[in-house]
Formats: sequence, structure tokens, C-alpha cells
Amino acid sequence: MADSATPLKLLVPPAELRRGLQVPAHRSLGWLTDHLTAMPEGKTPLWWWVLFIPAAFCAAVVLPTMLIYLISTGVGVWGNNVPVAWGWDIINFVWWVGVAHAGTLISAMLFLTRQHWRTAIGRAAEAMTVFAVMCAGLYPAIHIGRVWFAWYLFPIPLTTGMWPQFRSPLMWDVFAVNTYLIVSSLFWYMGLIPDLALLRDRAQTRVRKFLYGLFALGWTGSARQWHNYEKAYLVLSGLATLLVFTVSSIVGMDFATAQLAGWHETIFPFYFVAGAVFCGFGMVLVLLIPLRKWCHLEDIITMRHIDRICKMTLMMSCIMGYIYLMEYFIAWYSGSPYDSWVFGHRLFGRYYWFGGWIMLLVNGLMPQLFWLKKVRQNLVLIFIIAILINIGMWFERFTIIVGSLYQDFLPSNWHPFYPTWVDAGTYLGTLGVFFTMYLLFVRFLPMIAVSEVKAITPHADPHHPLGGAKGAKP
Amino acid sequence: MNPAPYGLIAEFDSPAAVLRAAEKVRDAGFRRWDVFSPFPVHGLDKVMGLKNSLVGWFALVFGGGAFIGSMLIISIMNDFDSPIMAGGKSMFSAPQALVPSYILLVLASAVGAFVGMVALNRFPRLYHPLFKNNRFAMASRDKFFLVIETSDPKFSETETRALLESAGSTHLELAVE
Repeated sequence: MADSATPLKLLVPPAELRRGLQVPAHRSLGWLTDHLTAMPEGKTPLWWWVLFIPAAFCAAVVLPTMLIYLISTGVGVWGNNVPVAWGWDIINFVWWVGVAHAGTLISAMLFLTRQHWRTAIGRAAEAMTVFAVMCAGLYPAIHIGRVWFAWYLFPIPLTTGMWPQFRSPLMWDVFAVNTYLIVSSLFWYMGLIPDLALLRDRAQTRVRKFLYGLFALGWTGSARQWHNYEKAYLVLSGLATLLVFTVSSIVGMDFATAQLAGWHETIFPFYFVAGAVFCGFGMVLVLLIPLRKWCHLEDIITMRHIDRICKMTLMMSCIMGYIYLMEYFIAWYSGSPYDSWVFGHRLFGRYYWFGGWIMLLVNGLMPQLFWLKKVRQNLVLIFIIAILINIGMWFERFTIIVGSLYQDFLPSNWHPFYPTWVDAGTYLGTLGVFFTMYLLFVRFLPMIAVSEVKAITPHADPHHPLGGAKGAKP
Repeated sequence: MNPAPYGLIAEFDSPAAVLRAAEKVRDAGFRRWDVFSPFPVHGLDKVMGLKNSLVGWFALVFGGGAFIGSMLIISIMNDFDSPIMAGGKSMFSAPQALVPSYILLVLASAVGAFVGMVALNRFPRLYHPLFKNNRFAMASRDKFFLVIETSDPKFSETETRALLESAGSTHLELAVE
């Protein structure tokens, strides 16, 4: 029967459609294992200490000092005033949530769409998500003023008989951000389990063996374990993908629900999701470009990966540019004098005109340089652009929040906003927390998902000659 | 007293080799055996006859329960226990309760998927007889192992050894409990 059937002829795709290997083919599974565990197992390099000491200082000294001063004195130590009731606290909250988003998009959404190139950067991006959400979650908790009442936000049966009002997007936000933190942590940890088992098996000291072994939960790598694991990973990435869209859109709704010109827009949920992913890709580039050099990962995070992240950034920048222009257009087209006033002042106002220009030029126009292949191959230039994207996106939130608030409907109410040293110190502190955590992650855990990278090599494919298949031609 | 034998460990060099060996072991009618690899080997689920993992059901039950529970709790909270009239709207309406309930659905499903994975794999199980075997540490690096347990009714040391040798195993060893 099988002999008489006509053999199936597969057409060979043309050269430009053929995809290259994600990892150079001459790299064996053993080489990949040794190379990717070199950082957690080796000596601490000098650059790590140079970065870690200032970051840890900001996290352990600057931030607690600022928080103690803030909580013991009150939110008046920030530049917030009436009418600018939301200042750097919410700007930084939205910025950190934004930074987090690209990590989930890379690790979850690109997993669902079977983009194998994500395996090289997924773990590092997920870690970025987890740490950025931690920093983000701090701000809403401390900006409420009387921090010791923060638990009022949760539905806890009280003797007063009060419950949270679930009609408010601010309430939704409490749930969204906490859910995001828990789900992304779970996703990140579950991805780590096989690699923790790898580090346990390679551990040279008893302490390492015990600690990695404890968190590896007894992983043996059996087919039955992989079977359940892969299913759980698929389900988790589907759920995390939902969060890419919900968390920032709920943050956007916090604003859109207000009756304030500059905030009261239906585009806001989508606007915030796009902005978040855009900013997050900027941060991914900022983190990965130095790390791939310092950790000698050029063979794993190749220029093809950088090229693709640049292209994603370019796409998000185009979306951002479209949204910015659409906002200005609708402000004019709606005929609302309040909207026109706010948007006119974003570009030509007395105080914060620079914010509007930074939005348009840095976020909308500058990443258009990524159309050029020369730019996408120049790591220094990409790094500078990525840093500027992060700064630009910070100013976008500044413009949206402060730029809309400082001139509300009553001119006698108008008041400019000036940040204080406590604002700056708190932001510096959260940056310290983020980089401290990230450096600890890079030092003690595999920054690249070793088992995932191994799984996409030809050596891992039982139908490929390098994977031991008989009779197949390379 | 000598420790009791746990099973026969067969080592393989490539995923294709272990896949072919798994086919032979399955055809020989063994029940208590497993394959250990540094990454999921494509096609092994089918060879071993593993059915669809139950993890998805964990996620569904956890998530569905959280969604229904959350809709109910919100209606009790904002409709009966602490009603606040806002803008003349009804005390409970599905759209406003939907968002937090949906978020809790995502949260509970994710927790469910993780709990399901942990429960089905019987984690945490920090001790395993195979961890005592020195070569087995390579299972997380670049080697592939097929283990047939001695408790399998068809297990016989000489015949099983011969079967695994003919399947192309590069190294055979008897692991102990």
C-alpha cells in the first residue's frame, strides 16, 4: 500500500523565504548548556559590581528614606497640588507598567504565535516584567496618602460594613495590577523550573544544590512532566496574553473615566496598551544590548534578534504616531474649546510645551530611523534610540497627566506643577530596585531559557540528521 | 542489606534514538517506563500514548469558579450589603462587575494551571531514586534516558537489557532505590 502511493513532493521554498537557524548549527547541546550557565556558575564579573553597588544603594537607602519621609509627613512633600493631584507618582506608575508590557508580549504572545526567536530573549524580558510591575505597584500604594489604610482597597469584611465600589476603574486597577504581578511571576517561575533543575544537577556546592533543588521542585525532565508542563505553559501564556491587553487598558480607563479635557477620550485604552508595549521594547533593548556583550551571548541573542526587536519598536512607534495625530485631529474636529485649549497648549503653552514636542518627535518620528537597515545594525545607535524612547515615553505620561491637569475648567484654579527632590528621589529609588533585582537575576539565574533554546536547535529535532534521524538529508 | 533495584537506565545520544527506543519499549508491552530529556522531544507524547494533559481543566475550573464567585460577591457587596447610589444607575449591572470578575478569572485560571501542573507532576518531590545515579545528571544537559522500572510486570533483567541494547542504548545501568 505504502509502496504504491505516489511519494509526496515538497516544494523547496525560494531562498528569500527560507528561515535561518535561530542558533548557529555547530553549537551542540552541551556547548549551549555550558555557555548559558556560565554567568550563574562563574565568578562575579567586575561590571556587575560596578552596576550593582549604586543600584543597591538607591534601593536600600534612597527609597526607604524617601518612603519614610513621605509616609511620616504626607504627600505634600511631593510636588502634587490642586489641581495637579496626580504628579510623578502616577507618571512613574504608568511608566513602569508600560515597561512591563513588552516582556509579557515577547514571552506570551510570541509564544502563542510560535515565533521561535523569542526563546532567546523571553526569559530576560519576563524578568523585566516582574520587576517593573513590582516598582509600578509601589506608587498607587503610597500615593493614597494615608498608606495605613491601603487595605481598604481590597474587599475585606469590615465591622464598618463598607465595601469597595466596583464601578470605579481605579478599583479595577487594583485588581489588574496585582493580577499582573502574580500571573507574570508564576509564568516566569514556571519557565525557570527546568533550568533550575539544570543548575541543581550541575551544582558544585551543597548550598547551591539545596537551593536550586528546592526551587526546582524535584524536576526530573520526564516525558510525563514535560507533557503537563507544556500544557500549563501554553495555558499560562494564553492568559498572560490577555493581560497584555487588559492591564494597560484599565490604566487608560482610569484617565478616560474622568471628565477632563485631554483625558476623556475613547482612544485611551488602546493608546495606553500601544504606548506600554512601545516603551517596553525600548527597555528590552536597553537591557539586552549591554548584557549580550558583557555575558558573551552574541551567538544566542544575535543581530537578527536585535533587528526584529527594532522592527517591532518601529511598528509600535508608527501606531503611537498615528494615535498622537488622531488625538490632535479629534481635539480640533470635536469643536470642543476645552480640548482645543489643552492640545494647543501641549505644543505652544507657557509651561509644558516641550512635552508635546518630545512626544511627537522622540516617540513618533525618531524611531522611524529603524526603517534603515544600517541603523538596525548599529548597536550604539539602537541603544541611544532605546534610551530616548524610554525618556520620551516618560514625558508622554508627564504631558498627559500634568499637561491636562494644570489647566482645568476653572481658570482661577490653574496652577503649574513643580516636582520636588522627594519626587526625584522616589523615582531614583524605584530605578534602583529594578536594576538591583535585575542584576541579581542575571547573576544567579539563567538569563536565557536554556531548555527552550536547546529545544529549537536542529540537535533537538528527532527528524533532523543532527538530531539523530536516519535517512534524512541535511 | 543491598538497596532494592529501581529500574534499568538506558542512555541515548540523540532525541531520534530515544524516540525509536521508546517505540520498541512500547511495542514490547511495558507499562512502567519513562523517558527523560533536557527538553520536550517532539513526537514522544504520541509514542508513549500520553493523553491530553488535565492541566487545562484545572485552569477552567479555577477560572470559571472565580468568575462566577466574583460576580456574585460584587452583586452582594454593591447591591445589598453596601449600596451606594451613583448617577441613578442600577446598583448592580453586568458591565461594571464584568471587568474585575474577568481579571479574577485570569488570575485564578493562571493559578489553576500552575497548581494543576504541580499536582499532576506530584511536586514538590525533592527525592527521586534516579538523582542518586551519577550519569542521570546529564538528563538536563544533552543526554536522553529511558528508564524501565523493575516493578513493571514484564521486567526481566536479562531480556529488558537485551531489548534496550538492541534499541541502540550507549550505556546501560541498574539504578537502585
